[in-house]
Amino acid sequence: MSFIKRYLLPRLLQYFLVIFVGITVVFIVPRLTPVDPVQEMINTITQRGAYMDPEAIEQLRQSMKEMYGLEGTVFSQYISLWRRLIIGDFGPSLSQFPTPVVKLIGISLPWTLGLMLVTTLLSWIIGNILGGIAGYFSSSRWSAAIERFMMVLRPIPYYIFALILLLVFGYVIPIFPIAGGTSIGLKIQFSWKVIADLLRHAILPALSMILLGMAGWFQTMRLVMSNIVREDYVMYARAGGLRDTKIAFNYVIKNAMLPQVTGLALSLGQIFGGAMVTEMVFSYPGIGGLLYTAINAGDYNLIMGITMFSILGIATGALLVDLLYPLFDPRIRYR
Amino acid sequence: MAVLRELLRDGKFTFAFTVMSILIILAILSFFSPYDMSIWNVVPRDMPPSAEYILGTNSKGQDVFWEMTVAIKNSLIMAVIAAFFSRLIAIAVGLLAGFKGGMTDRTLMSINDSFIVLPVLPILILLGAILKERLNMIVLGLILAIFGWAWDARLIRSQTLSLREREFTNTAMLSGQKVYELIFKEYLPFVIPIVSATAINNMFWAVGMEVTMAILGLSNLTIPTLGTMMHWAISYQAMLLGYWWWIATPVVVSVLLFVSLYLLSVSVSQYLDPRTRIQRIGTAKVVK
Repeated sequence: MSFIKRYLLPRLLQYFLVIFVGITVVFIVPRLTPVDPVQEMINTITQRGAYMDPEAIEQLRQSMKEMYGLEGTVFSQYISLWRRLIIGDFGPSLSQFPTPVVKLIGISLPWTLGLMLVTTLLSWIIGNILGGIAGYFSSSRWSAAIERFMMVLRPIPYYIFALILLLVFGYVIPIFPIAGGTSIGLKIQFSWKVIADLLRHAILPALSMILLGMAGWFQTMRLVMSNIVREDYVMYARAGGLRDTKIAFNYVIKNAMLPQVTGLALSLGQIFGGAMVTEMVFSYPGIGGLLYTAINAGDYNLIMGITMFSILGIATGALLVDLLYPLFDPRIRYR
Repeated sequence: MAVLRELLRDGKFTFAFTVMSILIILAILSFFSPYDMSIWNVVPRDMPPSAEYILGTNSKGQDVFWEMTVAIKNSLIMAVIAAFFSRLIAIAVGLLAGFKGGMTDRTLMSINDSFIVLPVLPILILLGAILKERLNMIVLGLILAIFGWAWDARLIRSQTLSLREREFTNTAMLSGQKVYELIFKEYLPFVIPIVSATAINNMFWAVGMEVTMAILGLSNLTIPTLGTMMHWAISYQAMLLGYWWWIATPVVVSVLLFVSLYLLSVSVSQYLDPRTRIQRIGTAKVVK
């Protein structure tokens, strides 16, 4: 009971607070500037000269007014935004009228989830293990070399790194496809050919995320390790004659992992942002790719829907990581 | 000055400091630009670098070198605004939460954690799509400030928590010092080092966000920044047409800016961490 009260309840509260703060910020910030967003968006669309039938424009004006709110008081606008969010109605997409935004997000979601889960986990695990080893054996030449490598990797802006990878492996040495999630015209079914094709298309986007993500985890892990190595119990274990590898993996790395799990929950938002840029660069058919087409088409409903959706998704992801935390940390489990 | 001298003993810092100084000088040079960057076709188009046009000209008929100086100036101004205002929020929240404790602390930290978790990029993209042409460097800086304070407020809070337990807090309280005086006169000096180290990180982040948004075409494209320079070069196919000087300039400058900001933040936080400081001074003595 005390576990639920002391651990579960605050987490759930936090979960709703994240969503609340996110939606509220999205609601308030545009209002602080003297712009009529509805007119602005309609101008943008008509300036592009793309053909849109009048019905679509009217629908757009309507749903935008409702979501964005120039109808009713500020408070009732705010309430109606929440109502839409809860019933999951973001209106129709404007560039692919009249497909609902929710359906488009549903199609792209598996791609993003797959890419993000695999890359996040891999970069987290590899970064932590390498960081752990480099932190424990900090005097060896190897760890100094890895550290220098990560130090060069870390500050590279994500977009530029992805672009370089794309240029090198897509154009200069064309071993990987430059765009898309599958070969054109491939039917998704369960066979080796399809899986191989999916993997081949996923390698470059995944590689860019894993390498840069790994560098970040490596550095924080290395820092945590350098503090833990000085703890008394490590010295005691050494004096007791335990093997170095055993101390490193069983006692030091295990403990240093704990803050990293919290870090994982907290950094999900940034990882998600990274995944979006990746998909834009590699034209991967996930949420990021969808967002990119939405930006180019001036599809406001879709942009709004994706933003709301990502706030929900990230909050849920962070909650899940937090709820799994007791599995790693016995101190919380037995409290 | 003594601090600077100490810092300059670190090779990383010296390098970063030099690069940063050069970039700032370039930014100041922009005030002497012979061209107005809002006007197109003032010089012949697509000229490679030469004595007259140091870094060539672009397809918009602008001199790349002078465009670059203005871009550096704008990007730096934006980053400084973002860093400054997010520091203000971070200091206020961190000090208040750490000093008051209890319910205030819990409430503020929950809001704080929410801001940490929020996916900033999609939100910025939404705001960029709405504001677009109205988005100047100041507005963008302020918007980034709203999203950039949370991590650092946490650091400041934990610092304040430990300060509160120190003896001098009780001495000050018992001798009748006012609370705001205690906070501003006694606590702030302890917090300033964290603030300066995280400010550099925040500038790093802000410049990166600006570049990402501009490449996507989601900021005011008439203002030259590192991001919008890349945006125009990419949308005019500078890479395919072989106008390497146009695309390479903003890429190289931003890589330099990123690396120097990153190294600055690493060396400053190493300097501030007493443990590594002792190590460094220790090894320095051995070298002597």
